[in-house]
Formats: sequence, C-alpha cells, structure tokens
Amino acid sequence: MANTVMFIILAVFIIGSALMCVTTKKIMRAVTYMLFVLFGVAGIYFLLDYTFLGAAQIAVYAGGVTMVFVFAIQLVSKRTLQGLEKRVKASKMVTGALAALAGLAVVTLILVKTGFMTQEITGVEVPMKEIGTALVGSGKYQYVLPFEFISVFLLACIIGGLVVARKEDKA
Amino acid sequence: MMIPVECYFALSALLFFIGVYGFTTRRNLIAMLISVELILNAVDINFAAINRLLYPNGNEGMFMTLFVIGVAAAESAVAISIIINVYRKFKSDSVDAIQNMKR
Repeated sequence: MANTVMFIILAVFIIGSALMCVTTKKIMRAVTYMLFVLFGVAGIYFLLDYTFLGAAQIAVYAGGVTMVFVFAIQLVSKRTLQGLEKRVKASKMVTGALAALAGLAVVTLILVKTGFMTQEITGVEVPMKEIGTALVGSGKYQYVLPFEFISVFLLACIIGGLVVARKEDKA
Repeated sequence: MMIPVECYFALSALLFFIGVYGFTTRRNLIAMLISVELILNAVDINFAAINRLLYPNGNEGMFMTLFVIGVAAAESAVAISIIINVYRKFKSDSVDAIQNMKR
C-alpha cells in the first residue's frame, strides 16, 4: 500500500515536472524542472530496491550533468536564451504534439496487447558485494570490459570536449 | 502489495514522449539536449523495471542502466562543448541560425 502511494506521488511529480520542463519559457527553469525529473527517477529506483542505482543517478545526473547544463547556460549569453516560446511556430508545436501522441498511441496499443508475466520478487536489494564483483569480474554475467570501456570513453570525452571548446588560435 | 509492471511502462512511455515533444518543438540547442536527457531517463526506468519485476534473478538491466547513466554523462559533456563552440561561431544557440556546417 505504501509502495502504491509512493509510486503515484513519484509518477505525478515526474510527469508534471517533465511537462513543465518542455513547455516553460525560461531556460533556467527548464533545467531546474529537469533536475526534479532526475530526482523523481532516482526515487523510482529506490522504490524498486535498486539503492545503488538511485545513488548513482543522484550523484552523476543530478550532481554532474545538471551542473554542466547550468555552466553552459551561464557561458552562453542569456539574452538569446530567453523567450523560448516566441520562436516556436504554432504549426511546429502541432506537428510535435501529433508525433508524440501517435508514438504514444502505438506504444499503448503494444502494451495493452502484450501480457506480462510478473514474477513474485523477494524484495531484497542487490547486495553491494555482488555489484562490485560483477562490475570488475571477467566471467559470465560480469562486466569488466564495459566498465573499463566506459572509463576510457569518459576520458576521451573529456579530452574531446576540451579540444572542441577551447579558443582557437588566430591562424 | 506489488505495483504491476505496466504502471512503470506507462510512466516511462509518457516521459519518453514528453521528451519527444520537447525535442521536436524546441529550437534551442540546450533545450533540445534537456529533452534528450528526459528520453534517456525514460529508457532507464524501463530497464530497471523489467529487470526487477519480470526477471528478478539477474542483474543485467541494472548494469545496463548504470552504463547508460555513464554514457549519458559523457554525451552531454561533449554536446555542451559543441554547443558552446557553435555559439562562439554563430552568436546564437538556435538551430535555425546554423545554416552550414563549415564556415
């Protein structure tokens, strides 16, 4: 019962924040609503007993990505970012809404037509030791290769970002 | 009492298509990137819910979500640096201002 109430609260929070995020006029408010959505999704992970996942979501997304967005908005002139809605044509908005609704209708149809076999779960969270051994183990169902790949990938992205965003010399 | 998995799917589908709507209507690069983050989060909810409620004996969905979070962080950092560079060149961050790729 408590789970159901929590889920409804989180769902309303996420959907409301997401709607505000895509319709608000001010870019800074859009980022703030995105932060609310990220916190709500972290709450969904906690509800599913994925505590580590929720912590990673808050640390990486809410802590890292949102800060990157805020810094980018501060670096780009604020004058060009205000009045987001004025530049949107009404026809564009109708097209976007139609595309989204059509996709949503297709997904809803598939969901309704598909029966899911929900298994009874024991309701315990994944132990931290299991997560650690699975992340750096090299056996079956263990993920050392993607783990190392992600680390190199992040390094490459940091260097690439620096190279792209640095001031070019006058040449 | 357990929440049926369909509720998670409905939430994720709604979030996904709100993101799609934002991506098609916004003409601002940063706002479009925010919509992409919404879409990625919708997919993450799906992975976690399927793993927990339909296949509770494995952990593949959880690790997939972890890697998606990592890749999304890298992706947004690179995209932001490109946007800043575009702003420097075109003095605007609207997609309509970018007429050609090389200048």
